[in-house]
Formats: sequence, C-alpha cells, structure tokens
Amino acid sequence: MRWRFVFSEMAIGLRRNLSMTIATILTITIALTGLGAAWLTHKQTNATKDYWFGKIQISVFLTKDVTEPERDAIRQQLEALPQVDHVYYESKAEAYIHFKDQFKTVPALVKNTDPSALPESYRVKLKDPKKFPIVASAVQDMPGVDQVAAEAQALKKIFKLLGGLQNIMLIVALVVLVASILLIFNNVRLAAFSRRRETGIMRLVGASDLYIQAPFILEITAAAIIGGILASLAMCAFKALIIDYGLKSAFGGILTYIDWGAVWTTIPYLMLAGILIAAVTAFGTLQRYLRV
Amino acid sequence: MIRLQSVTKIYPSSSRPALDDVTVEIEKGEFVFLVGQSGSGKSTFLRLVLKEDKPTRGQIWVAGKELSRLSHWKVPALRRQIGTVFQDFRLLPNKTVRENVAFALEVIGKPRHTIAQVVPEVLDLVGLAGKEERMPDELSGGEQQRVAVARAFVNRPTILLADEPTGNLDPTTSVGIMRLLDRINRTGTTVVMATHDSHIVDSMRRRVIELEGGKVTRDQSRGVYGYAR
Repeated sequence: MRWRFVFSEMAIGLRRNLSMTIATILTITIALTGLGAAWLTHKQTNATKDYWFGKIQISVFLTKDVTEPERDAIRQQLEALPQVDHVYYESKAEAYIHFKDQFKTVPALVKNTDPSALPESYRVKLKDPKKFPIVASAVQDMPGVDQVAAEAQALKKIFKLLGGLQNIMLIVALVVLVASILLIFNNVRLAAFSRRRETGIMRLVGASDLYIQAPFILEITAAAIIGGILASLAMCAFKALIIDYGLKSAFGGILTYIDWGAVWTTIPYLMLAGILIAAVTAFGTLQRYLRV
Repeated sequence: MIRLQSVTKIYPSSSRPALDDVTVEIEKGEFVFLVGQSGSGKSTFLRLVLKEDKPTRGQIWVAGKELSRLSHWKVPALRRQIGTVFQDFRLLPNKTVRENVAFALEVIGKPRHTIAQVVPEVLDLVGLAGKEERMPDELSGGEQQRVAVARAFVNRPTILLADEPTGNLDPTTSVGIMRLLDRINRTGTTVVMATHDSHIVDSMRRRVIELEGGKVTRDQSRGVYGYAR
C-alpha cells in the first residue's frame, strides 16, 4: 500500500469538497455530542440510583427522649414487616460522621452543628423501594418515632429530570445522526462522481478495490475523527458545566456525581462510533456508486 | 491468449444481441484488427475481455483464465495483464505526462524507485522523451495518445487492447501511433485493435476479424479492411 499516494488523494478530495466536509464534521460533532451527553446523563442517573437504592430507602428518626423499650419495639416492628429487607441502627455519633461527610463542602455548617443535635435513627432497606408507604405507616405513630423520611421518594424528581434530559439528548442525537449519515452518503457520492475519471483509469489498470475506495473512506473518516475530537471537547464542557456546575449547585451533596473517569471512558467509544458510522456509510455508498 | 467460445452478449435494454455466438481464438503475440461498423460488437468484445461485463452465454479465456470462474477480487490482477487505449485518450488533465503514466503504477502499489526507473523508459519508447513535465492540454492529439499508450504499456502487459486509438487523429499522426503499436507487438505483446480505419488495416496486412451485427463474418490472416479491394 502506497500510503503517501492514498493520503495525498484524500487531501485533494477534502479540499475539493470543503463546504460539504465542514457540514459533515459539524453534524457528526453534534450527533456524537448528543450521544455522549445522553450516555453521561444515563451514567449520572445510575450513579445516583445505585447510591440510594443500594443503601437506604427509609430513615426512621427517633425522638431525643426515646427509651430503650421503645427503641426495641420499633426495631421489632420494622423487622417483622415482610417488605423490609434489612434494618440498620445509626447512633448519634454515626449520624454525625455521615453528616460531616455529606456536607464536607460546607465546613461552616459542620462547625456549627453540635454532634448531639443529630437524631439517632433506623435506616431501613426495603425489598421493593416502592413499598415505602406501608412501612412508613406501620411505624409512624409508634412512641419514640419522630419522623419517617423516604429519601428515595424525594429523589424521584431528580430522576425524572435526568431521565427527561437524557431522552431529549438521545432524540436530538438520533435525528442529527440520520442527517449526518445522509450528508456522508451525499458527500461520498459527489466525490465518487467528481473523481470518476481517476477511478475509471484505476479500474482499467488493475487497481484493487482497496486502493480505489481507500481515499474516499479515509476522507470521510478524517472528517469523523475531527468531529469526534470536537464532540469530546463538548463532552468535557458538558461534565464541567451541566454536571459539576449545574447539577451540583442545584442539588449539592445529596447526589453522587460521575467523575472525570466516566468522561475519559466515554470518549474512545464516541470516537469509535463516529469512525464506524462514517466508514460504514461511505463503504456502503461506494458499493453503489463506484462499481468496480 | 484470448479465446471466446460461443459467446453471446445481450444487453438488457436491447433485444438484438451485441455479440451473437462468437467463437474466436487469438494467439500470444498476434496483432489482430477488429473491424466492423459502429454497433457491430467491437467494443462489447473488448469490454468482455476486460471483464467489465459478463457474457450472457459462452465462455471467455484470457491469459489462461476462464473469466466466469474468476472471482471478483482477482479481476484487478487480470487487468494488470491488459493495457487499454481509447479513442479519447482518457488522460488526467491536472497531471503532467510523467504523472499520468506514473499514476497507473502508483495505484497498483508499485514502489517509488521502480516507478522512477520505468516511467522514463516507457516515455522514451513512445517518443515523448523531453516532454515529461508537459500537461496534456499542451500536447497534440498524437502526443496525447502516445501518453495513453505509455500508460497502458508501462506495466508491461501481455495484452494491449486499443479501441479506435486513431479515431481522433489525422492520417499522418495515425501512422505514427500504428508504428508504436507495431513496435509494442514485436516485444511479444498481443495487440487487439478495434478500428474503422481501412487505410491502416490495408497497410498493415495483419489478421482481420470482421464483426457484423454481433457475428464474425470474416477471420482472415494478413487481411484487408473490406473484400471489395
């Protein structure tokens, strides 16, 4: 394979079709950004879900003056319920440790909170998080119970928001993806037409399919790689602005956030998806418009 | 070298066959004129030998290979053994003479140093030494056709197909091209040339295969263009 020859043909093609190439790069960028952002949002939702659903769904806070028998009675009542998977006891000291951890970004709040001010509680894990009202009503009015909180319930709004965001991005991504596939198709068809003299001679002198088609496929793959790089940058912006800045300022410490590692692992897939979509579309187009 | 056995070609858009039960054998090193009116099947003959098209019926052997059994990916190897020249030259207008000839080797992956060595040799052979850096539009028709012949011959094919190579040239220039094809033939290359040009056929006195309505109506060694002469 004479790569220098193939690449010079590719460069000529890219320049000849500059406006179409830019259009292709832009649509690939938008499509990949949409896909990547949807995927990160999905990961974000899962991270939050795993954190909450994997742990505690109901917290039964006890009153400050709860007595030993009351405390035992509540535990027995909780453990007797068939919907309950597991019951953990959280003492005041443990509650303080968790509190410190959760609000470590707000040191003033931690400093001003007296360790004994936090209530002791039973943390209840349910077999089915949706059954929380039954469990809540069973212990709500028992003596020694201050408050029953269903944390998962409060998160539903967030999940709904994240899910909606994810779906919108996915739909936009798919629509733009279709547009970019059509553009690639058109771009390759035009390129094949404008170079039919060259390809005709190549066929006659016995160039292989690979040699004839490689410049076209590489040309569009180069566009896809540029699109992929731009989409990766957009991904970083998404993580920094939407997740780190937007979500964190809105919800603070009650959510777990995906880290930069999630972005780094998404980028290779994004690049790969872009290259595959472009190369496969180009190859398919060439089979039709560049008969060898 | 080339053998057609009961070959019929019917194009889908036409009811009359372009080639009708043609059986022809061309030996290695022969020089053959393919004559006949437009639409008599000359170009179809050449297209089938190049495997640009499949015959409707019959079998074709080229360089020892039966074409219908040749898989798609082996077609390039077949075409590397065949050089082709056309009436309209088919040069790349944005490449110089040297680049046009080198192109034929570049696209089949020949190494750079081979190309650097072989291209001047063949340009010398066709009589274009000193015009390597000209663009096609700076050349006369005869010179352009010499470039096309150089491109067809640069990879030393065993067969040279020429489809009306003198069709766009004046008689004097045509004689030059015929001398060139004759010289190439004498290196052992089989030459098949489709033509209308009776003067050339008559002056060369080579084998003549005449097609009419897709049938071989005459196959004559040392022949002339028409009977009535």
